[in-house]
Amino acid sequence: MTTMQRLSRVDAINWNRLQDDKDLEVWNRLTSNFWLPEKVPLSNDIQSWNTLTQQEKQLTIRVFTGLTLLDTIQSSVGAPVLMEDARTPHEEAVYTNIAFMESVHARSYSSIFSTLCATRDVDDAFRWSEENPTLQAKSELILERYRSDDPLMRKVASVFLESFLFYSGFYLPMYWSSHAKLTNTADLIRLIIRDEAVHGYYIGYKFQQALAEATPERQQEVKDYAYELLLELYDNEVRYTESLYDEVGLTEDVKKFLHYNANKALMNLGFEPLFPSSVTDVDPTIMAALSPSADENHDFFSGSGSSYVIGKAVATEDDDWAF
Amino acid sequence: MQNADVEAGRNRSLVYFSTKSGNTHRFIQKLGLSAQRLPLNREEPTPRIEQPYILVTPTYGGGYAEGAVPGQVIRFLNDEHNRHLLRGVIAAGNTNFGEAYGLAGRIIAQKCQVPLLYRFELFGTDDDVAKVRKGVEEFWKRQAQSLTT
Ligand SMILES: [Fe+2]
Ligand SMILES: [Fe+2]
Repeated sequence: MTTMQRLSRVDAINWNRLQDDKDLEVWNRLTSNFWLPEKVPLSNDIQSWNTLTQQEKQLTIRVFTGLTLLDTIQSSVGAPVLMEDARTPHEEAVYTNIAFMESVHARSYSSIFSTLCATRDVDDAFRWSEENPTLQAKSELILERYRSDDPLMRKVASVFLESFLFYSGFYLPMYWSSHAKLTNTADLIRLIIRDEAVHGYYIGYKFQQALAEATPERQQEVKDYAYELLLELYDNEVRYTESLYDEVGLTEDVKKFLHYNANKALMNLGFEPLFPSSVTDVDPTIMAALSPSADENHDFFSGSGSSYVIGKAVATEDDDWAF
Repeated sequence: MQNADVEAGRNRSLVYFSTKSGNTHRFIQKLGLSAQRLPLNREEPTPRIEQPYILVTPTYGGGYAEGAVPGQVIRFLNDEHNRHLLRGVIAAGNTNFGEAYGLAGRIIAQKCQVPLLYRFELFGTDDDVAKVRKGVEEFWKRQAQSLTT
């Protein structure tokens, strides 16, 4: 196994001397994306929440409890182990930001609970999460890699958590949003979804940098391990999805969302996507729920927009553009 | 440039920018079409293009118009000569950014009055590659036709 150069001593961090420009680029992106749940008027969803059946309420609370567990893992174990593997002080600083935002995410679900739900229902869901075998299995599959002494596989596991495992859960608020329900909650989840994209991208980038330095044999080994772990997580994720969504008849559609995001997780690691487009055709209303106020899609080539649709006006910083 | 070349659909080209993560570069490699990369290093002079082209660019940032278009791309387009040869734009991004998915493409399309042709995520799937390859070819054919009529 390749030994990576870890930071062995602490020096004062100088952001004006970068070893990797990407660190500053991502730091700026993360800090400008900073938010807190108080920003979202969750109480506007109380009326909508009350239109859900008891079964739908239970499903929603369980889904959010599952997401809370993943954010907790990433905040208290994932980001700290990545910090230990960091190769620049700036990379380390980016992980401190990620760790904190994961805490904000986990905190947000509790804000949703305290705003919308009965305390007893929430307590029940937390108990359910501690006993649910597939939820525990996914947590264990990730934690095993975090505890291992393989820095590359720690990053692989982390990218799978960030870019794949959340999506069985993210599906539901997007589904509600597409039915004009819990729309403020969906606004909050979209902020989380945006953060997770930057996290998965950055950790995947650092993974690719480190993998490039390994021997071809080692590269092949890590790649095999990565696909193996993805399939193991996927099998478990399918069972988790069935246990949650079978009773509302959404399992097959959620699975498409899983395939689509598993492909993106692999791409964040620099690997080719696994699932063919025939099984990644996520319901367009779910894709639309990801970008609620966007104009229609821009597939000019396939003729879906035959005129020169240029899109709605966007304000830009005109001083950068001389014309 | 010779009009005959344009009519024959030759001289079609792509200009692209890709950061150190190399996603856009990888997409271009998979396309297998001739393409010129804009320099990553801001100190390097921005190139001058001599023929009509389609620009392929990633989107920076997490959802804001400010900073969405990479500075190197802005610098390249600030050259009036380059800007006038731009025929269309293709943007990379991530649907996780919602309405800001591929925002750089929308901004350039609007500022330069050219169509936003396509958006793809990360380094693009095989489907994206096939669609863009076919789309770009047909696009140049149509351009050539509109020049002769
Ligand atoms: Fe998170
Ligand atoms: Fe995250």
